[in-house]
Amino acid sequence: MGQLIEVSNVSHRYDRHLVLEDVSFSIDEGAFVGLVGPNGSGKTTIIKLLLGLEKLQKGSIEAFDKPIQKFANKGHISFVSQKANSFNRGFPATAKEVVGMGLTSKIGYFKPSQKKLEYLIFEALDLVNMMEYANTNIGDLSGGQQQRVFIARAIVNKPSLLILDEPTVGVDTENVENFYKLLSDLNKQLGISLILVSHDIGSITTHVTDLLCLNKTIHYHGNPSDFESMTDEQRSQLYGHDMHTITHDH
Amino acid sequence: MLDAMLSFELLRNTFYTGLLVGLIAPLLGTFIVVRRLSLIADGLSHVTLAGIAFGLFMQKKYTLLFFTPFHTGIFFAIGGAIVIENLRSIYKAFQEIAIPITLSLGVGMSVVFIALADGINTDIFAYLFGSVAAVSRSDLYVILFTSVFVIFVIIFLYKELFALSFDEEFATVSGIRAKLIHYLFIVMTALVIAASIRIVGVLLVSALMTLPVATAIRVAKSFKQTILYSIIYGEVAVITGLISGYYLEIPPGGTIVIIAAFLLGATLLAKKFYFSYKYKG
Repeated sequence: MGQLIEVSNVSHRYDRHLVLEDVSFSIDEGAFVGLVGPNGSGKTTIIKLLLGLEKLQKGSIEAFDKPIQKFANKGHISFVSQKANSFNRGFPATAKEVVGMGLTSKIGYFKPSQKKLEYLIFEALDLVNMMEYANTNIGDLSGGQQQRVFIARAIVNKPSLLILDEPTVGVDTENVENFYKLLSDLNKQLGISLILVSHDIGSITTHVTDLLCLNKTIHYHGNPSDFESMTDEQRSQLYGHDMHTITHDH
Repeated sequence: MLDAMLSFELLRNTFYTGLLVGLIAPLLGTFIVVRRLSLIADGLSHVTLAGIAFGLFMQKKYTLLFFTPFHTGIFFAIGGAIVIENLRSIYKAFQEIAIPITLSLGVGMSVVFIALADGINTDIFAYLFGSVAAVSRSDLYVILFTSVFVIFVIIFLYKELFALSFDEEFATVSGIRAKLIHYLFIVMTALVIAASIRIVGVLLVSALMTLPVATAIRVAKSFKQTILYSIIYGEVAVITGLISGYYLEIPPGGTIVIIAAFLLGATLLAKKFYFSYKYKG
C-alpha cells in the first residue's frame, strides 16, 4: 500500500501565534485516521494545509507524490466541512443538486453526458441511503440527513481520500453511530481513505485504524487500541495537559 | 403599443431590450440573491450613473461622439465591479463595506458630472427612471452582445457558479478557480446593470434583479426552477410594465417594479392560502 499524504516538519503561525510546530506524519492508502485534539490545537489548520486552503509556511507536504504547492486537486481529495451544518438553510437547492456540485471537477471541455452525471449522483445518494430524498430541498432535511447529503457530494467524484472536519456536530446521538458505520463502509467497501477530525476521542477510537493526537505538535500516532490501554496519566503526559477519555456506551 | 412598435424602430428596440433584460437580470439575479449580494446591484448602478453623467459631460463640453454616455456607463460599471471585488478581498471580515464605499463614490461623482454637464435634464431623468424611447440600434446591439455573453458564461460555468454560491470552501477544494470566477461574475453583474438601466433606470435596476428572484424562491423546488420562475416573473413584469408605461406616458422603471412587487405579494398570499387550505382539508 502506498502513501497518500506525507507531512514533514510542518510549522505554521498566524501572526505571532504558533499553531503547528514541527508536525510530521503520513497517511497510508486505505487508512481510517482519527485526528483528535482539543479546541485550538491546530487540527483545522493542518486540514486547510492539506486541502490547499492555507499556504504552507514551513516544512513540506506531499500529496499523491507531488508537493502540495504543485498538486492540482482534480477530485483526489474531497472534504466535508464543519460548516456544512451552518450553510444557508434557505438556499433553494435539492439534495440532488447539492450532490451534483461535487462533480464540478469532472466537468470541463469534455464533459460526460447528463445521463452519466445523473447516474453518478444517484449512486452517491444511494450509498448514503438518501435516494428517497433526492428531490427534497436541502433546508427541509434534518441535520443528520443533510450531513449524509454532504458526504454524498464529497464522494460522488470517487476521491481517494476524504477529509471530514467534525462532521457529527449538529447530528443527534442516535444518528452519530449510523454515521460512523457509513464511514466504515466507505473505508472498507469502497477503499476510500479517511481522515476524521474530532475533539472527542472516546467516540471515534472504536472506528478508526489510526489515531493521531495533535496539540500544536503530534503527541501520539498509532493504533487506537494501544492508546485506549494507556492510563489517563500517561495520556496527560502525551498531551501536555489534563485529558480524560469519555466513554460512550451505546 | 404593438401597432406603434411595428412603425417606430426606436420603440421596437426598446421592446427587444426589455425582453433581453427581463431575461438576463433575473438570471444573474438568482446567483446574486443566493450569494447574499443583493445590495451590490445598488452600488454598481450608482457607479454606472457616474459613468453616464461623465459621458453626458464629455459630450456637452468636448462633443465626444464616439463614446456615448451608455458606453461610458458600461466602462464605469466594470471599473466599479473590479473595485468592489478588490475591497471585498481586502476587508474580508466586513465585506459589505465595499457597497457603501462604491455607492457613495458613485453618487458623489454623479453629482459633480451632472452639475458640470449643466444639471438635470431629460436625458438624466431617463437614465434615473428608465425610458420607453431611449434605445438606438447600436445600443440594442451592445445589449444583445452583453446578453449573449452573460447567457453563454452562465451555461458554460453553471456548475462552478452554483457550487461557489452554495459553499465557497468546498468549491475551492474541488479545484474551482474561485477568484477568477468571482471577478467574471461581478463584471457580468456590471454589464447586466448597464444594459438594464436603459429600461428600468439607475434607481430601480436592483429591483429587477432581486424582486423576481424573491418571488421565485417562495415557489420553486430546486435551483434550476428558481432560475426559470425568476425569468418568467421578470419577463411578465418588464412586458406589462413597458406597455402600461407607454400608454400612461410614465417612465417604465416605476411600472415594472410595481408589477414585480405585485407579483411578489400575490405569490406570497396565494402560497399562504394554499397551505392553510391544504392543512385544513
